Amino acid sequence: MSGSAIQARCLCKRFGSVRAACGVHLDVAPSTFLALLGASGCGKTTVLRMLAGFVRPDGGSISIGGQTVVDDTTWTPPEKRRIGMVFQEYALFPHMSVADNIGYGIRPDQDRARRVAEMLDLVGLQTQRDRHPHELSGGQQQRVALARALAPEPAAILLDEPFSNLDAALRVRVRSDVRDILRHTGVTAIFVTHDQEEALSLADQVAVMMNGRIVQTGPPHEVYRAPADRAVAAFIGDANFLAGTAEGRKVHCELGELIAEQDHHGPVEVMFRPEDLLIIPFGEHRTATVTALQFFGHDQLIHLRLPSGATLRSRLLGAPGAYQRGQQVSVRVNNPAVIFPS
Amino acid sequence: MATPGLSADATPEHPELRRRAPIGLRLFAGAIGLAVLLPLVYLLIRAGETGHRFWDIAGRDETLHVLWNSAVLTLLVTASSTVIGVVLAWLTVRTDLPGRTTWAVITCLPLVLPSYVGAFALIGAFSSNGLLAPLFALFGLDRPPRLYGLPGAWLTLTLFSYPYVMLTVRSGLRSLDPALADAARSLGHPPWRIARDITWPHLKPSVQAGSLLVALYTLSDFGAVSMLQFNSFTRAIFVYYRTSFDRSAPAVLALMLVALTLLILWIESRTRGSAKLYRAGVGAPRPASRVPLRLWRFPALLACTVITLLGLVLPLAVIAFWLLQGWTAGEPLWRGWSMVVHSVQAGLWAAGITVAAALPVAWLAVRFPGRTARLTEKAAYAGHALPSIMIALSLVFWAARYAPALYQSFALLIFAYACRFLPEALGSVRAALGTVSPRLEEAGRNLGRGPWSVLASITLPLLRPGLLTGFALVFLTTMKELPLTLLLAPTGFDTLATRIWSATEDALYAQAAAPALVLVAVSGIFVGVILNQEEQDDVYE
Repeated sequence: MSGSAIQARCLCKRFGSVRAACGVHLDVAPSTFLALLGASGCGKTTVLRMLAGFVRPDGGSISIGGQTVVDDTTWTPPEKRRIGMVFQEYALFPHMSVADNIGYGIRPDQDRARRVAEMLDLVGLQTQRDRHPHELSGGQQQRVALARALAPEPAAILLDEPFSNLDAALRVRVRSDVRDILRHTGVTAIFVTHDQEEALSLADQVAVMMNGRIVQTGPPHEVYRAPADRAVAAFIGDANFLAGTAEGRKVHCELGELIAEQDHHGPVEVMFRPEDLLIIPFGEHRTATVTALQFFGHDQLIHLRLPSGATLRSRLLGAPGAYQRGQQVSVRVNNPAVIFPS
Repeated sequence: MATPGLSADATPEHPELRRRAPIGLRLFAGAIGLAVLLPLVYLLIRAGETGHRFWDIAGRDETLHVLWNSAVLTLLVTASSTVIGVVLAWLTVRTDLPGRTTWAVITCLPLVLPSYVGAFALIGAFSSNGLLAPLFALFGLDRPPRLYGLPGAWLTLTLFSYPYVMLTVRSGLRSLDPALADAARSLGHPPWRIARDITWPHLKPSVQAGSLLVALYTLSDFGAVSMLQFNSFTRAIFVYYRTSFDRSAPAVLALMLVALTLLILWIESRTRGSAKLYRAGVGAPRPASRVPLRLWRFPALLACTVITLLGLVLPLAVIAFWLLQGWTAGEPLWRGWSMVVHSVQAGLWAAGITVAAALPVAWLAVRFPGRTARLTEKAAYAGHALPSIMIALSLVFWAARYAPALYQSFALLIFAYACRFLPEALGSVRAALGTVSPRLEEAGRNLGRGPWSVLASITLPLLRPGLLTGFALVFLTTMKELPLTLLLAPTGFDTLATRIWSATEDALYAQAAAPALVLVAVSGIFVGVILNQEEQDDVYE
C-alpha cells in the first residue's frame, strides 16, 4: 500500500557465505508498533540495520515516508534518513550529560533547549538532566536512549532488542513505559525481539522472521491463532502436534474426530494449543497418562503421553494437586484445531 | 555501573564485522606499516650486498664471541630479573609484608632510569675517586673492584629491568581468582599441588610476558653495555661503525642481532600455552587472603631494601655526589639550556608524529579485523623487535648513499623515533579505541551527523585519554633514547641523553650528573602522570 511509513521490497544481504536476509518484504502503516520477531541469528537485526542505513543491502529497496532511501541507484546515508534508533546496549555517549545526549541530534534551526526539556518531560527524567549515563540505572538509560532517538522528530524509530539488557522485574514495567511513550508521540516504530511473549503483548503487528525471510505478518492474535506453518506455530507459544487425516472440516487423529479451522483432504498435521487441551479425570476413554506436572503459580502445565507414544501438554488454571504422575485420564480438544498439510 | 555490554568487539563472530575497510584507510595504514619495515628491508639489502663475505664476517671468531656475549648476558639478566620480579610481586601482592603498597611503588621506580644513567651511576660509584671509594678504603682496598664487563652489565640491566617482570606478575597475581585455589583445596589437594596445578598455569603467561620484555630490553640495550664496555652486539656494531669505513661488518652484525631477537620471540611464542584461562565466576574476584610471613618478613624487608638501595638510592646518590664534587671544584656543571630544548623538541615531534601514525593503524585493526589489518599491525609492532642501533645504522647507510640531504636531518631523526616507538603509541591508542563501541558512532550518524562531525564530537573526545597516554609514553622514551639520537641527530643537536653519554665517555662525571638529574626528574613526573591517568581510567570503568 502507498500509505506505508516504512516499506521494504525484496531486501537481500549476505555476509560472505552467510545469507542474513533474503527477499524481505515489509509494510509498516503510520503510527504502528511492529515487532520483528525471530530466533537469534535469523537476520532480524540485519534488516533493522539496513533500514537505519548501517548496512547496505545487496538488492531490494527501502522507502521511508514515501521517499526511496535505497534501491539499485539510490543511497541515502544514515544521517539523512530521519530514522531514530535505540540500540541494544543503548550506546549513550559516555562523555555527555543526559541533556547533551538528548540534544545531540536536534537540528541547529530548532529550539534545542525547549525540545530537550520536552523530551525530558516525556520520559520523566527532568531531575537527571545533568547526570552522566554511567550514573543512571538500566531503565533510566533506556529512557534516555528513547528520548535521544525521538528528539529530532524522526519519521520512524527502530529499537534493537530494547529490553534484553534489563532484569526480569524491571523489564515488564519498562516495556509498558516505552509503549506508552511511543503511543503518546504517535511515531511509527519497529522493534526487534526474540521473545515471543514480548512481541505478542506489546506490538500492533508481528512480523515473524526465519532464516532471513519474513514468513508471516499480522496482528498478534492472528499470528498466534492461525500460524502460517508448523515452524511458526512451534516458535510462537506452546503447541501440540499430532498426525491425522483431514476430510473437509473434519480431521481424524489419535484423539478421535476433531473440528479443523480449514478445509482440506488428505494427511495433515494437527496443531492445538495446550490451553485448548482439556483433561477429564474420570472420562470414559482414559487413554492418556500423566507423565509430569509443572506448577507456575497462575497456571500449571500437565505433560501427557498417549498410547502411541505421542506427548501432549495441557495448560490448566490453578488447582495444584488435582493430578498425579501415572494417573490415567481422558482428554478433549476444546476449540477448532489448526491443520498443516503434510 | 557503566553502560552495559558496550565494547567494540561485543560480537566478534558477527559476520558484519568482517566488512572491508575503506580503501583510503587501508592504503594509509598499510603505508605506515611498510614505512616501519623500511629500515629492516634496507639492512637486508646492504647485508646482501656483502655477498660471500657475509658468511666470512658472521663466522669470524670476534663475531661468534659477540654472539656468545649477547646470549649469555640476555640469559643471565632475564633469569635474575625474573627471580627478583616474581619474588617482589608475590611479596607485595600476596603477603603481609609491612608497607607493601609503598614497596610496590618504590621497587617500580628504577624503571624511570635509562640504563645508561644506571651505568653512569655504577661507574661513578666504583671509580677510584667515586662515591664508594672511602668505603673500600676502610677495607684496605686502595681502589674499588672494577665492575666493567659482564658483572657490571648484568647488575645494571637486572636492576633496571626487573620491574617489567614485577609489574606483569603483579597484575597476573591480582587477577588470579582465589575461588579456583579454594575449589582445589576443597577437593583435598595440599598447598604445593595447588601452587603447581592451579596457580602456576595461571601465572605463567604473565611471568613469560615480563621475561620476554626483559630479554628484548637486554638484547637491544646500548647505553649500559657500551658504557660498561661489555662487547655485546649493540656495542660491537657501534664500535665497528665508528672505527672502520667498512660498512659490511656492522650491517651483518645488526642483521644477526635482529635474527637473535626473532629467535627469542619465536621461542616465546612456541612455549606460550594456547589454553584460555578463566576466572571461575563473573564480577570482581574476591581478594585473596594474604600469606603471613612471620619471621620471614625480616629477610624479605632486607631484600627489598638492598634492591632499592642499588636500583634507586645509589644512582640518585651518585648524581648528587658528582654534582657536589663538581660544584666544590668549581667546574662548569651546566652547559646551557640547548640540550633540554633539543630533548623536548625531539620528544614533542616524535610523540605527535607517532601518535598520528598509530591512529589509522589502530583504527584498521580494531574496526576492520581481517588479514590486511593483521599484517599491518604486525608490521607496525616490528619496532618492538628491532633494536634502535639497527634502525639507526640502516637509516644512516641509506641516507648517506641515496639522500645526503636527509643525512643527519631532524626529519630523519623523527622518522627513526617513530619507527621504534610506534608500538608504544599503538598499544594505548588501540586499547582506547577498543573501548569506544562502533554503536556510539552509529548512534551519532543516526542522529543526523555526518561521519566527520561524529569523529570530532564522539570518537576523538572518548579517545583522548588513550591518545594522551600514548603521547606521554613516546615523549618519555624519545627523551631517554640514546643510540638513535647518537647516530642520527644533526651536528650540534645535543640532548640530555647524548650529553650524559659523552661526559661519561670522557670521565667528566660531574658534567654528566646535571643532565642525568634533569632526565630522572622529567621521567619521574611523566611516569607519575601516566600512572595517575591509568588509575583514573580504572576508577571510571
